[in-house]
Amino acid sequence: MAQPAAAAGKYSAGVKDYRQAYWQPHYAVKDTDLLACFKITPQAGVAREEAAAAVAAESSTGTWTTVWTDLLTDLEYYKGRAYRIEDVPGDDTCFYAFIAYPIDLFEEGSVVNVFTSLVGNVFGFKAIRALRLEDVRFPIAYVMTCGGPPHGIQVERDKMDKYGRPLLGCTIKPKLGLSAKNYGRAVYEVLRGGLDFTKDDENVNSQPFMRWRDRFAFVAEAIRKAEGETGERKGHYLNVTAPTPEQMYQRAEFAKELGMPIIMHDFLTGGFCANTGLANWCRENGVLLHIHRAMHAVIDRDRHHGIHFRVLLKALRLSGGDHLHTGTVVGKLEGDRQATLGWIDLLRERYVKEDRSRGIFFDQDWGSMPGAFAVASGGIHVWHMPALLAIFGDDAVFQFGGGTLGHPWGNAAGAAANRVALEACVEARNRGQDLEKEGKDILVAAARSSPELKAAMETWKEIKFEFDTVDKLDAVSA
Amino acid sequence: MKLGTFSYLPPMTPQQVRKQVEYILARGWCPAIEHTEAGRAAGSYWSMWNLPMFGEQSVDRVLAEAEACRKANPGHVVRLIGYDNIRQTLGTALVVHHA
Repeated sequence: MAQPAAAAGKYSAGVKDYRQAYWQPHYAVKDTDLLACFKITPQAGVAREEAAAAVAAESSTGTWTTVWTDLLTDLEYYKGRAYRIEDVPGDDTCFYAFIAYPIDLFEEGSVVNVFTSLVGNVFGFKAIRALRLEDVRFPIAYVMTCGGPPHGIQVERDKMDKYGRPLLGCTIKPKLGLSAKNYGRAVYEVLRGGLDFTKDDENVNSQPFMRWRDRFAFVAEAIRKAEGETGERKGHYLNVTAPTPEQMYQRAEFAKELGMPIIMHDFLTGGFCANTGLANWCRENGVLLHIHRAMHAVIDRDRHHGIHFRVLLKALRLSGGDHLHTGTVVGKLEGDRQATLGWIDLLRERYVKEDRSRGIFFDQDWGSMPGAFAVASGGIHVWHMPALLAIFGDDAVFQFGGGTLGHPWGNAAGAAANRVALEACVEARNRGQDLEKEGKDILVAAARSSPELKAAMETWKEIKFEFDTVDKLDAVSA
Repeated sequence: MKLGTFSYLPPMTPQQVRKQVEYILARGWCPAIEHTEAGRAAGSYWSMWNLPMFGEQSVDRVLAEAEACRKANPGHVVRLIGYDNIRQTLGTALVVHHA
């Protein structure tokens, strides 16, 4: 009679090499497996297979020593295993390790649980000098257990009645210190001038100079007035990021009471648990959700350690958000062009193929999960408009803070300048002009009928942000 | 009052409108014409001018429909839509005749 697997083996206490159990180069990956690609920088003298197996073990079922209770379960079924190792082209200090995890290791619909496993203790593990989670393939079976964006791009376009172009936003500045009434004034001016959205800065929560309830009430009045004057639908990302979930929901409820179309959350400082709960609330209450990413660069900027932004982005798409900041490529903040194109596809598309030239290590099927708008924000102005439209296409929000409020004639003129520049670029693109080659001519022509645009172009002519990116894409082997 | 995409640009010339129709057809979107009284443009739904022009490839015929809609509805605003059936949204929507 055949013995059950566990009973077949004898218990022998002690420390074994991780690779005995967790390195399986011939493993056939299952469609239901969650796959991860780590960039591992091992300590001197640690073999690649051993380091990869150690990461697989420590991020799944293993611990440093054998325990008798291992024999009470089917570890062959539950363990994660390293199944492939690749060189990192041009960098011999590290290598890529591919690890497959059985889907049963993760609670359904829990981004929290997935990340507690994948990027938990293993990141402080002594046998490795540095560790970076480069990409994760979420199996469609897992994707379907997550709520995802509360509405998605298509529903937001219908709710906001905006078609055939990117949306335009503006972060209200100065970001700290305005009274609620003055803040509402700035919002009103921007929205009446022609932008679709204004935004709370991420660090505007509920400080003594402007408590959240006062801000929400004045902003609501500003929106209603601007909508009445322009006939267009408008919104302001009311930041409900709060010290506790209870306060977060209280703020969200008040925004809904005021009839506001969109609220905002910081998904990393607020946390995945709060974010997923808020996304569910937004879905149930018909409120759009804008997501900011404060703290991301702490996690994603180092090329050898941390979590790549494309993974944080996938986490957000699963957890839920209708907008996510993705960098601008052209503005004041970090962002490599090819890498950015890769992750905005991951945010918006239904199916994304492996493409190492864009830093994408796996095919990713999102099934019926809606896509979210990519938000380009940070140091951009009218001169960047042609490049932004060429890079991001229509399903994006271009967020001009200083590039609206810094206009010499004020917010409304700054907003009009941006709107004219955007519409001129869309019109030109549609009739077949090359935005990046002919961008200047397009803007100059548009400025002939828009003094606001002309003044904006004169104000920001000389500003450029030309520094090299720190988090470059790894080289791709030929 | 503003009426959506391109409402911050000067009114388009017939040649410019023609180029936008070409764009809609080139993207594989389905052209459609809608109209409404000038003061009642705020909602999601305007009146349809016939059914969307499924399978239409002629820029001239699309423009002729828009013109027929304008003539039959004096004082109305007329817009041109490109239905994107794959993504289940409007690929674009632009006013081609202001009241």
